[in-house]
This record gives sequence, C-alpha cells and structure tokens, in this order.
Amino acid sequence: MNSVILQTATRYLLPILLLFSFFLLLRGHYYPGGGFVGGLVASIAFVLHSFANGTESTMKILGYKPLSLIPIGLATLTVSVTVPLLFGLPPMTGLWLEEPIPVIGMIGSALFFDIGVYLVVIGVVLTILFTIALNN
Amino acid sequence: MLFTVLTGLITSSLLVPFGKLIKTKWSIVLPFIPVILFLFYLWHVPVIANGTNVIQHLAWVPSLGVNFDFRLDGLSLLFALLITGIGTGIFFYARSYLKGHIYFDRFFAYLLLFMSAMLGVVLSDNILTLFVFWELTSISSFFLIGFNNDSKASRSSALMALSITGMGGFFLLAGLILVGNIAGTFIISELFAYHDQLVSHPLYPLIVGLLCIGAFTKSAQFPFHFWLPGAMKAPTPVSAYLHSATMVKAGIYLLARFTPILGDTELWKITLMVVGGFTMIFAAVHSLFRTDLKGILAYSTVSALGILTFLLGIGTTDALVAVSVFILVHALYKATLFMVTGIIDHETHTRDITKLKGLRKVMMPVFIASLLAALSSAGVPSTFGFIGKDLIYEATLNFRESWTIWLTALAVLTNIGLVTAGFRAGIKPFSGKLPETFQQASLPYQSMWIPPLILAVLGILFGLFPGVVGDYFTHQTANAIAGGETDMHLQLWHGFNTVLTLSGATLAAGVALYFANNPTEEKLLALERFNVISSQHLFRQLGKGIRRASSWYTNKIHNGYLRSYHLKIILFAELLLGYKLWLGGPIQIDYANLTPLSWYEFGIAAILMGALYIIVTTKSRLTSVVSTSVIGYCLCLMFVFYSAPDLGMTQFTIDTLTTVLFVLVLYKLPPFINFMNRGVVIRDAIVALGFGIIISMIVLRVLYEPTTTDISDFYGENAYILAKGKNVVNVILVDFRGLDTMFETVVLAVAALGVYSLLKLRLKSSEKE
Repeated sequence: MNSVILQTATRYLLPILLLFSFFLLLRGHYYPGGGFVGGLVASIAFVLHSFANGTESTMKILGYKPLSLIPIGLATLTVSVTVPLLFGLPPMTGLWLEEPIPVIGMIGSALFFDIGVYLVVIGVVLTILFTIALNN
Repeated sequence: MLFTVLTGLITSSLLVPFGKLIKTKWSIVLPFIPVILFLFYLWHVPVIANGTNVIQHLAWVPSLGVNFDFRLDGLSLLFALLITGIGTGIFFYARSYLKGHIYFDRFFAYLLLFMSAMLGVVLSDNILTLFVFWELTSISSFFLIGFNNDSKASRSSALMALSITGMGGFFLLAGLILVGNIAGTFIISELFAYHDQLVSHPLYPLIVGLLCIGAFTKSAQFPFHFWLPGAMKAPTPVSAYLHSATMVKAGIYLLARFTPILGDTELWKITLMVVGGFTMIFAAVHSLFRTDLKGILAYSTVSALGILTFLLGIGTTDALVAVSVFILVHALYKATLFMVTGIIDHETHTRDITKLKGLRKVMMPVFIASLLAALSSAGVPSTFGFIGKDLIYEATLNFRESWTIWLTALAVLTNIGLVTAGFRAGIKPFSGKLPETFQQASLPYQSMWIPPLILAVLGILFGLFPGVVGDYFTHQTANAIAGGETDMHLQLWHGFNTVLTLSGATLAAGVALYFANNPTEEKLLALERFNVISSQHLFRQLGKGIRRASSWYTNKIHNGYLRSYHLKIILFAELLLGYKLWLGGPIQIDYANLTPLSWYEFGIAAILMGALYIIVTTKSRLTSVVSTSVIGYCLCLMFVFYSAPDLGMTQFTIDTLTTVLFVLVLYKLPPFINFMNRGVVIRDAIVALGFGIIISMIVLRVLYEPTTTDISDFYGENAYILAKGKNVVNVILVDFRGLDTMFETVVLAVAALGVYSLLKLRLKSSEKE
C-alpha cells in the first residue's frame, strides 16, 4: 500500500501503540489487560507498520526474525515457573518483591510469566503473518 | 541420589553444544561419569548391608502427588550397581567400538539419557515418577536401537520395540494409578502397608493384569518377546547394555518391587509362573536354532528373563533368593558374551557361527573372557552361575509337593538349552582351526577387551566367594523383594544332594546337545515356516490392519475441503448438543425476569443482521471477510456492555488480526468461483439455522439453570490474598491456571513453527525445480 498519510501516521503510531501494549502488559494484574492482549496490540502495531511501509522494512525495524521471540518468551515463562524451586518452594509459587517499583508497580514472578506470554504472542502472530506475507 | 540421575541427563544435553569437542580425545571424560556414579553406589553397599534404607525427598508437583522421592534399598542398590558398573564397561567399550563414527556424540547422549532413566526407574520411591523414567527408557532405547538410522531394518526394529514397550507403558500407567487410588498414596515404601487392602480389592485382578502387561512387554515375555531379538539390529554396545543388564530387566525390577505389595496370591503366582515358564522353555528351544551370535544371545536372554519371572511367580523365600542371585549372574555373563560378540563382529565382520572358527589363536584374552562367561552361564561348579542354578533348582524342588516334578523338569530343560546356547556363543567361535579368511583378524584395542574380561572374572570370583556376595549384597536384595527378612547364606558346596545331581545332569545334557546338534541355515528356515502363527506375525498384521483402517478413514473424513470439514464438525456438534438438550426436557422461559432491551442493543442486533445478510449474498471474498469482522466487533461491544472489558479487548485485537490474516491469504487465492448449487445452499442453510437454534436454546437453558458460583467466588476472594492481583481474569490466567496458560503458549509456538516450516519448506522445493 502506498499511502503517504498512512506512512506518516504509522511513524508516530508504532511507538505509541507499542507503549500502549507495554501499559496493558504491566497493568494486567490489577486492571483489564495482560500479556496476551498486550502481545496482540504490539503485533497489530507492527502489522500496521508493515501495511504502510512493506513487510521488508518492518522486518528491518525488528532486526531479528520474529520467530526468535518465541524461544525467548518460552524461556522467560519457564524461568518464571521454575525460579521458586531455587527458594525451596514448589514450582509456580508466586514470588513478589516487598516494595513496589515506581512506574511499573509490584514486581513478581507473575509479571515475568506475563512477559513470557507477551513475547510468545508477538512471535507467533508476526511469524505467521509475515511468513505468509513474504511467501510469494 | 537425585544428582546421580541428573548427572546423566545434564551431560546428555551438554553433548548438544559440545558434540564436536567430545569427538576428539576429550571423549575420555565420558566413561568417568558412570565410574563416579558406580563408586557412589559402591560406597553405599555397607550402609545397605546393615539393613537401612537411604531416602531422599524433593517436591516436584506436590499438588498432584508427583514428587522426586528416591529410596535406596537392597533391590535398587543391586540394579543401580549393575546399571553404573556394567555402564562403565560399556562406556569404555563403546568409545573404542564407535571411534570415528559421525554420530559418536549423539550415541553417547542417548546412552547417558538411557542410563539416567534406568537409574530413575530403580531409585524412584514414587510410582508416578517411576513411570516417567520408565517411559524415558523406552524412548531413549528407541533412539539407541535405531541408531543405524540409514538401515530400514534398524528403523523398523526400533519402531517395533517402541510400540511394544510404549503400549505396555499405557497399561502400566493405568495399573499404577489404580494402585495409587486404592491405597491413597503413590509412595512405594508406604504401599507395603496396603498389601491386604489391595489384594482383597475387587479390582485386584485388573491391577495384576495391567501391571503384568507393562512388565512383560518391557521384559520381553511371551507373547511380547519378539521385539528383543529384533532389537539386535542395534550396535552391539547397546545390546550389551540394554538387553543384558538394564532395560529388559526393568520389567523384572517392577515385578520384584511389587511382589511385597501385590504378590503372594494365587493369581499373581499362576500368572507369573505360566508366562515365565512358557517363555523360558520357548526361548531356550528357539536359541538352539539360531546361527547368528546375537540371535542366540537374544533368545537366551529372553529365556533368562523367563526364568526370573517364573521364580518371582514361585514366590517362596528360596525362589526370591534365587532371583536376587540370578539377576547378578545373568548380567555378568550376558554382558560379557555380548561384548565378545561385538569384538568378533568388529574384527571379522560376521556373526555367523557356522563360519566363525578358531579365533582363540588371534584374540586369546577375548577367548578367556568368553570361556569364563560361557562356563558361568553353564553353571560349572566354582562359577557364580553354579550358585545361581543351584538356587533355581532349590526353589523348584521346595515348592508345593505335587508341582515339584513338573517345575523342576521345566527348569532343567530350560537350563540345558541355556548351557548349549552359552557354549555356542562363548566357545564355538574360538574353537577349531582358524580359517584363511580370519587370519588378518587381530586383538582389538584394550578398552574393548578389558571390560568383558573383568566382568567374566567377577563371575568366577563371586562364585568362589559366594558367602561374601551373599552377606554383603544379595541378602538385602532378597529381603527387599520378599518384603521381610530372608534366610540366606550362599555356599559353594552343599554336599551331595538332589540339587547337585540335577546340576550335573543339566551340564552333561547341555554339553551333549552342543556336540550333537549343529544349527544350520536349513534348520532355521524350517523353523521360520511356523512364523505365520507367531505373535510377531500377528502383531505386524495388526499394524497393517490399523494402517489400512486409518487410510480408509482419512480418505472418507479428511477429504481436504475446508467446507466439508466445517459441515462435519458442526453437524456432529449439533447432534451431540441437541441430544443433551433433548435429555434436559422442555425449556421454560420466564419473560418477566428478563431485563428489557435497550436501544443500543437493538442497534447492535441490526448491524449484526445487516453484516450477516451481506456475508450470505456477496460475490466477493473480501467483502465477506470484512463483514465477518463486523460481527466480531459487534460481539466486542456486547462484551463491553456486559462489563467484560478483558474479553472485549482480546476479541477486538484477535478480530483485527484474523481479518489481516484473511486478507493476506485471500490475496494469493484465485478469483472467486461459486461452487454452490441450489441444493447445497439449502443444505447449508438448514445446518446453519439448526446450529443457531441449538446455541440459542442452550443460552436460554443456562439462564434458568440454578447457577453455582463456588468457583468464581473462590477466585474472587483469593485473587488478592493468594496472588496479589486485583484483576481476577488475569490472575486466573497467570497464576491459578498458569500451567494451562503455559501449555497454551507452547501450542501457539508449535502452530507458528508449523506455519513457518510448511511455507518455507514448500518454497525450498520449488526453488529446487
């Protein structure tokens, strides 16, 4: 698609949407949001960019293949699940820092779990869409 | 003990990145892993000999009762020492045997994985973890048996072994769960107390059946025996390790472990005695007809496993003592003979005993090892095999009065076969005149012939000092199997009695048979005519039948048209739901309790109907996709109206992405063609209307069912207390039901990989053209 308006708009929309997706991710534990929706919003941001500027240029922005986000996300998930083992607790026990961190809020293993979901979702959605888009 | 199991698993996975390094001279570190583990367990011998058990506990999934409970008693110790001890020999041996093989690293990764899994099986004190390790042995042995993956025969044997042992695994799991549910605990050491309760339970016969199928498939008992001779396609170190001392004995271990829990009933005894007894004589006879060295050893192994099952079935103290000794006897001589066979194969490139002759002239130390092992297997006095055989006869003679003659005759006949088989495998290739063809054969590298020699010499040493072995070692094994104190003092000399006479007769008859009867190709072929009625043949037919049935089913149901899949899925759902609704009786709608419709709900309904109309009538794919997404967005609005913002958000983003996906795919499709005729349209309309009606009915019914809110109340109350979150939906996703979420993400990842590889793979093949 070759629309100057869309191209200009996405230049601003991409960072805003990504920021919004982070916002959704972080607030998930207290208000509507979470890793899944956050990941979907972030994917939409990239998809929008690829519509305006072509998939190749979006891949250039990403730097890495979206496929590589999947193992990173799964690893984050696994770590968040297994970390309690190091403290002698059964896996998946929720661990939380005592004091909230400014801006982010409470930090706990559930947050990392959500981050893992977030990364896997972005990886999966972009892998599927971009593979199809680039497969001529 | 956990570390001994983990060492192998961790090293095995480390071989993935360091595979190249391990192919160089660094491979020398590999055999020291079993050495260390062996020393660790050797250090425990005095502790266990005092009658104490070592216990280690670590929570894994406590909420499901699955924990790493490890327990070392006499039985586990015997097996752990065999696994690590013979493992040490095999590791040294295999390092030379496979020197320079391109998959050298891969082989050791599998071998380490297997060793850990076996250790896990024998050390687990929790029947569920035992099962996990049990399956891991099946899987790792699959890779080991199919190691020569460029040969079709090798691949099919591996598949056969996996399907038989894997099938047995299902039965075993069912049996173990029944045991656990009846007793209320999955801990083996706690299960001992529930013996009476389990035995008198109405489901007891079922439990015994399930457990026995699991054990019999693993330990190659008739009629599941045939995978073991097939598995001889594996490289010889694998056969020596898996099929002499470890994997196939896992079934025996299981039966021995459950003897104090489920044993001591007629059903248990008869089942094991009949199956074990038949297997031992059947395989002993079969071994006489084999001309392939590994074939002889495979059948004599099956026969020996039959003896062990048979003895466990007899179940008297004598028999259980015999089991504990015979496991050790058999492991020592059989591993030696397998390794010797490997050396012969490695040096002469044949395993045919009709061709092999006079090899003692070129490989004397190998001959010594082989001879000692053959003597031990024959039960010549002053070998450990002699003690083992004595105990077997003692057990059969002291069983019930009326059975004595038959059981003893069976044992004697089997042992005559084993004597001959042992001589044929251990002595025949070395005797006679060395033919021209083998002149250039030479003694292999030391690390190949020293391990079998050590094992063979141990077989003699243990035979000379049986008292030491008995007091310090096998006594506790027998105690563990019997679940109580056994009176055992092994002696070399019992005086002149029936047992000695039987032993002598067995030996004489075996030697006579060795000289009288020579296996030839013709006899083997004559035997193979009966293959049509063998269980192996039946199993293959079953496999073919399943394949035929599934291809028929696939062609019928999965015809490749998405529209036909949809139709079938929806029709099936309609039938199922409709039936359930019909069972529930008539629906009463109480109009007074319904909230009145608001104007915006009307608005959304109007948009929905409009979008639907467009979908049904449009001639453009793009229009119909966009209209579908309009429906999705309308649903989003509904979610928002009824205060489910999480759902609304997710629905919105998913809908957007689905539309994008559709557009991307549509772009590549050929122009729209209308396949539908009038009949199809009417059929689809009826199905669609039916589905809509059923769903509406369900919704109406749900409104008037008394709702229980226990679960949502629980989550609502505990979300903040237990998980420190205020958004209940998200807390459920990441915490309460986190495991589900985790696996769902894995499923997503697999789906993405599927799409990626499907499209990329097709691209590559088109590039080739």
